[in-house]
Amino acid sequence: MLRTETLDINMGPQHPATHGVLRLVLSLDGERVVDLKPDIGYLHRGVEKLAEHEDYVQIEPLTDRLDYVAAMSENLGYVGAVEKLMGIEVPPRAQAVRVALAELQRVASHLVWLGTHGLDIGAMTIFFWCFREREQILDLFEGFCGARLTYNSLRIGGLQQDLPPGWVRKCRKFLEIYPARQDQYEELLSSNRIWIKRTKGVGVLSAAEAIDLGLTGPALRGSGVSFDLRKATPYTGYEKYAFEVPVGQAGDTYDRYLIRLEEMRQSISIVRQVLDSLPEGEVRGKVPKKIKPPKGEVFHMVEGPRGIQGFYLVSDGSERPYRCHFRAPSFVNLQALKKMCVGGMVADVVAIIGTLDIVLGDCDR
Amino acid sequence: MTTQAWIEILLIPLVKIAVVLGAVSLVVAYLTWLERKVLGFIQARLAPRRVGPSGLLQPIADGLKLLLKEDIIPAQADKLAFVLAPVVAIIPAFAAFAVIPFAGRSFQVLGFEIWPWITDLNIGILYVLSISSLGIYGIILGGWSSNSKYSLLGALRSSAQMISYEVPLGFSVIGILMLTGTASLPGIVDWQRAHGWWGFAVQPLGLFLFLVSAIAETNRVPFDLPEAESELVAGFHTEYSGMKFSFFFIAEYANMVVVSSMAVTMFFGGWLPPFPNWAGNWLNLGLDLVHPAIAGLFWFALKVFLLLFLYIWLRGTFPRYRYDQLMDLGWKWLIPLAIANVAITGVAAMLLAGPVA
Repeated sequence: MLRTETLDINMGPQHPATHGVLRLVLSLDGERVVDLKPDIGYLHRGVEKLAEHEDYVQIEPLTDRLDYVAAMSENLGYVGAVEKLMGIEVPPRAQAVRVALAELQRVASHLVWLGTHGLDIGAMTIFFWCFREREQILDLFEGFCGARLTYNSLRIGGLQQDLPPGWVRKCRKFLEIYPARQDQYEELLSSNRIWIKRTKGVGVLSAAEAIDLGLTGPALRGSGVSFDLRKATPYTGYEKYAFEVPVGQAGDTYDRYLIRLEEMRQSISIVRQVLDSLPEGEVRGKVPKKIKPPKGEVFHMVEGPRGIQGFYLVSDGSERPYRCHFRAPSFVNLQALKKMCVGGMVADVVAIIGTLDIVLGDCDR
Repeated sequence: MTTQAWIEILLIPLVKIAVVLGAVSLVVAYLTWLERKVLGFIQARLAPRRVGPSGLLQPIADGLKLLLKEDIIPAQADKLAFVLAPVVAIIPAFAAFAVIPFAGRSFQVLGFEIWPWITDLNIGILYVLSISSLGIYGIILGGWSSNSKYSLLGALRSSAQMISYEVPLGFSVIGILMLTGTASLPGIVDWQRAHGWWGFAVQPLGLFLFLVSAIAETNRVPFDLPEAESELVAGFHTEYSGMKFSFFFIAEYANMVVVSSMAVTMFFGGWLPPFPNWAGNWLNLGLDLVHPAIAGLFWFALKVFLLLFLYIWLRGTFPRYRYDQLMDLGWKWLIPLAIANVAITGVAAMLLAGPVA
């Protein structure tokens, strides 16, 4: 009898398709994946511990660096948590602008996902196209707060400042251009036989498995579970806007791809509704000079582009939190990697990493 | 022997080889420039434009950079095989040009008659097929001798892929061979001229099979699995750098030019102008009036360029196949189709023209 051995291969932390510094130890039988061990922590900065030494205002820039592809959602979740803890009312205009920014951020984040996912599967052009549109969103963010990646522009109780003059017009212009561009992406990929072959039936998760693994966001909805915090427990005034939560059926990579594309369309529609009904008024609520939340604890969740971003704060009544914990959707979603990959081919591993849409800054914290 | 004979036997072929080698190297260098420009256009970005006007000197700058780079041989590598592999890959790629007919008519230089190809083998097609399949040894050697798992996987993939696709590639050519009754490349073009049909008109399926298998043979998108960067970092040449790396790179691009030239010769009338002469010379740009050899070279180069453009276009459009899907496509679709094509061609030729003597 011929003896065969599995081949152990080390994928990452420096590897073009692991979206940062994820390391995977793959056991291969030929091209088939027999076992997979993810190794994380290469980007661990101890953000949660650092936060214990900063006051509540200074923590916000730290949250920027969690999920740096969707920093606005992280900001939104964090300030939401502090506001909940202190019972601060946020003026309606600030709420509306926050929704618009968060949804633009979702589109920008999904564009990064689509581009890199395409690149992983070998479609090169989509990457540049996506980044072209993402650039315009980043320009909008830059126009609002001066930063393109780590915004730090939401404030406890509102916004850092009101929208600059002309911003709404620029934003509307982008909303005009964008849908046609997304049609182009779909033209390039959605009906491409190779794309379908590479994504259909790859990385299948049933609804029960997805729930058991604690997945959230598009990874959960792709398996047919309609759960979106924006609908389930609306925050920041999401209940005022009409939008749909797309749900997949097969739970495979192709369904998750379709869902994220539809989410982008929905987000664009939300931003349009926000701009149409933008209330006038203050953008900063009544906030004490020194932010000293009362003793207690709070857990606040928002629906980020990758899933639920949770913020747990324990206050001992001082200027600094006693304990911080950030629930990272990338970390939780990464759990599903082994289940989805084992039995597949090496090429599926990169497709599945892409479809889970992990950000290692978020995962390692 | 007389001086006359010496010149004819030795000097003229040597000069021709030098010219072809130089021209092919230049074409390969500017193919990378063209690829970057076209991809830049497709991908809505600027392509190289700093070095020289429109980045025209970029290939030369790249070449210099690669020459000056440190030449690294991994400590655990099999040194001899590691050094040999790029050479083994590049020689067949260039050797295949020996039988490609670049134009149709001979021309006179100092009283010597010169034909625009290095040699006219009566088994030209077989020569190209066999020589180009030698290139795979370079890839296997390179992948194996690097002593890296990624390289090994890349090399295994590419050997499986190239062996699988060699079969439909060979079969797709048989249809043309049966019709023309010759394996000499100039002979095939002559047949197309005599019959007024270009190969693709009588062998549409053959053309399709040839193009698909040729893309797979040259490891290009959507069949670029051996060097799938998102999975295997850089496949078989992961450990290579500097000039050794560029040898693999040049070999790949030279192979693209070879298969495009083959496709043009067999299916697109080689050096023949796109319009028959009765349509008036002006449709063919009147190049025949300058010199038939120049006209032939022009049309040949134009057709090859269009095919190369197709290659680049595909790269800008398609994702990559998965390993098992690639094998499926090769063994379950292309090979049966290729055999069917041979059978249909045989029956049709029998019915239409009677048995070939």
